[in-house]
Amino acid sequence: MLFTSYRFIAFLALLFLVYYLIPKRFQWLLLLAADVLFYACAGWKGLVFLCVTVLVSWLAGMLMGRSFKEQKSFLKSPEGKALPREERKVWKKKRESYRKFVLTLALLADLGILAALKYTNFFISNVNSLFSAELAGVDWVLPMGISFYTFQTVSYLIDVYWEKVEAENNLLRVALFTSFFPLLVQGPISRFGDLKETLYAEHSFDFKGFSFGMQRILWGYFKKLVVADRLLPAVKALCGAPDQYNGAFALIGALFYAAELYADFTGGIDITIGVAQVLGIEVKENFIRPYFSRNIAEYWRRWHISMGTWFKDYVFFPMSAAPRLMKLSKKIRTRWDGFGRKMPVYLSTLVTWFLTGLWHGAAWNFVVWGLLNAVIILIAEEFKPLSTRFREKFPRLTGSFGYRVFEILRTFLIMCSLRMLDCYRNVPVSFKAFGSVFTAGKWREAFSGALLELGLSVWDYRIAGLGVLLMFLVSVLQERHGSVRELLWKKPALPYVVFPVLALLVLCFGAYGVGYDASQFIYNQF
Amino acid sequence: MDEILEILEELNLDADVSSCDTLVDDGILSSLDLVTIIAELSDRFDITIPAREIRNENFNSAAAMFEMVERLLDE
Repeated sequence: MLFTSYRFIAFLALLFLVYYLIPKRFQWLLLLAADVLFYACAGWKGLVFLCVTVLVSWLAGMLMGRSFKEQKSFLKSPEGKALPREERKVWKKKRESYRKFVLTLALLADLGILAALKYTNFFISNVNSLFSAELAGVDWVLPMGISFYTFQTVSYLIDVYWEKVEAENNLLRVALFTSFFPLLVQGPISRFGDLKETLYAEHSFDFKGFSFGMQRILWGYFKKLVVADRLLPAVKALCGAPDQYNGAFALIGALFYAAELYADFTGGIDITIGVAQVLGIEVKENFIRPYFSRNIAEYWRRWHISMGTWFKDYVFFPMSAAPRLMKLSKKIRTRWDGFGRKMPVYLSTLVTWFLTGLWHGAAWNFVVWGLLNAVIILIAEEFKPLSTRFREKFPRLTGSFGYRVFEILRTFLIMCSLRMLDCYRNVPVSFKAFGSVFTAGKWREAFSGALLELGLSVWDYRIAGLGVLLMFLVSVLQERHGSVRELLWKKPALPYVVFPVLALLVLCFGAYGVGYDASQFIYNQF
Repeated sequence: MDEILEILEELNLDADVSSCDTLVDDGILSSLDLVTIIAELSDRFDITIPAREIRNENFNSAAAMFEMVERLLDE
C-alpha cells in the first residue's frame, strides 16, 4: 500500500475515525490490527518473517528482563547481602554472561534473517566474479521495511541488555513497536524508550495535534508529489544514459537528484510523523534542514538522524571503546604515539561507514559511497587544527555571512558528488560521470533545449522550481523561527488560508493523472 | 578531576570545559572527541568504560565524567 495511493488515504481516514471512536484502552490494539492489514497488503510472506523477528525479540527481551529482576531481588535479599564482595562480583558476572548469550542468539536470529534475505545474492555475485563460478542467485522475498524494523528490534534488545529500557513482557506490545505501520516504509528508526510513552497510551482527540498532523501530512504530499515525483523522469533519464548525458548534464543530474531525494525522503518522513501526530504518538525528527550544514559531520547529524545515531550508538561507540581495541591502541602508541591514539577512531569510523553503505543496499556502489563518507570525515578531522587556526587568524572573514554560504555550498556539492554513486548504481560509471563534469563541457548543449528532452516540459520545470523555492523558504523560516505551524497557529485565520491553498497546490500540481505511475519512496527499497 | 579537565583542554573545544554541562547535548564534543576522551580516561585511570556507559549524561560535563570514573573504579 503506497503512501501515495488512494487506498492508503482511505485506510488512514477510516483508522483516524475508528481510533477516536473506540474505547481508548483498545486504541493500541487497533493500531496493531492496522499494522497487520498494512503489512499483509505487501504480501503474507513478508509478514511471516516480521512475526519471527517479533517473537525472537519479545522472548529475548523477556528473558533478559527476568534475569535483571532476579539479580536485583537476590542482591537485595539477606542471602545476597551476606555474600562477600568478590563472590557477588562472580555471581553478577554469571548473570551477565547469561544475558549476553541470550542477546547474541537474538541478534544472530534477527540480523541473520536480514543478512540472508537482503545480502545472499550480493554474496553469490561476488563469489561468482571472484572465483569465476556460476552459482545461481536466489529468489527470496524481501519483506517491506526489513532494514528498518530489524534495526528497531536490535536497538530494543541492546537497550534492554544495557538497562536503558525495561523489557516489555507483552508480546502484542512488542509486535506493535516492531511493526508500527507509518515507520515501516522508511523509518525513522525509532527507539523503544522514545516511542513507548505515547505508543501504548490512551489518547483523547486533540484538535491542535490533529490539525498539526494533517498539515504535516499535507506538506509531505506536496514535497513528494509536486517536487520529487515531478523531477523523477529527468533524474531517471540523466542517470540512465551516462555516456550521452555527461559533463554539465552529470552535474545537473546530481543537483536534480539532491532535490528529488530530499523532497522524497523528507516528504515521506513528514507523512510518517504527521500520521503519528494525528494518532497522538510522538516520533522523533529525522531531519534538521541538512542542506544548511557547514561540514559533512554536521550534515550527518542533520540528515537521516535516526540512522546516524543508530550506527553511532550500536556500532561506532561499542567498537571504538572495546577493551581489545583500546589495548591494541595502547600497544601501537608505544611506537607511534599519534597513530596509536587515533587508530580506534579511524578503524571504527571506517567500519561504521562500511556498514552504513551496506545497509543502504547490497551493492558495491553503496559500500564505496559509505567509505568515501568516512574518508572525508576523517580528512576533515585531520584538518581541524588548521581550520581552527584559520578561524582565529581571520575571525571577520570566517564569521561573515558570505563565508557561511561558501561552507554550505561546499558541503552541498560534496554530498551531491558522493550521491552520484547512488544515482548511477555503478562505481566506475559514477567516477567517470564525476570526472566528466570537469572535462566534457556540454554547458551550451544542456541549456539549448536538451533539458526539455528528459521527459519534463517547461511547465514541469517551473512547477518543480517553485516547489523547491517554497521548500527553501520554509526551511529558512524554520531555521530562524522554529516550527512554521506554530507560527501560523498564533495567527488565527492564516492556517485556514495557507493549508487549503497547499492542498489545492498538491491536487493541481501533483505529478499524477492519466498514465502516471505512482513511484515508491526511494528509501522504501532499503 | 584535574586530569579530566586536562584531557578536555587538550581537545581545544569551543566552550569553558570546567563549567559547561551540555558538552554532548550542544554538539560541542564530536563523536571522535568522545572516543578520544574514552581512550584517555581508560588509559589514565586504568578502567574499562563499557558501551552501556557511553550516554550523553555521562559525558555532558567534566563533573559527570568524574562521577562515572569514580563509579567504575568502585565496581
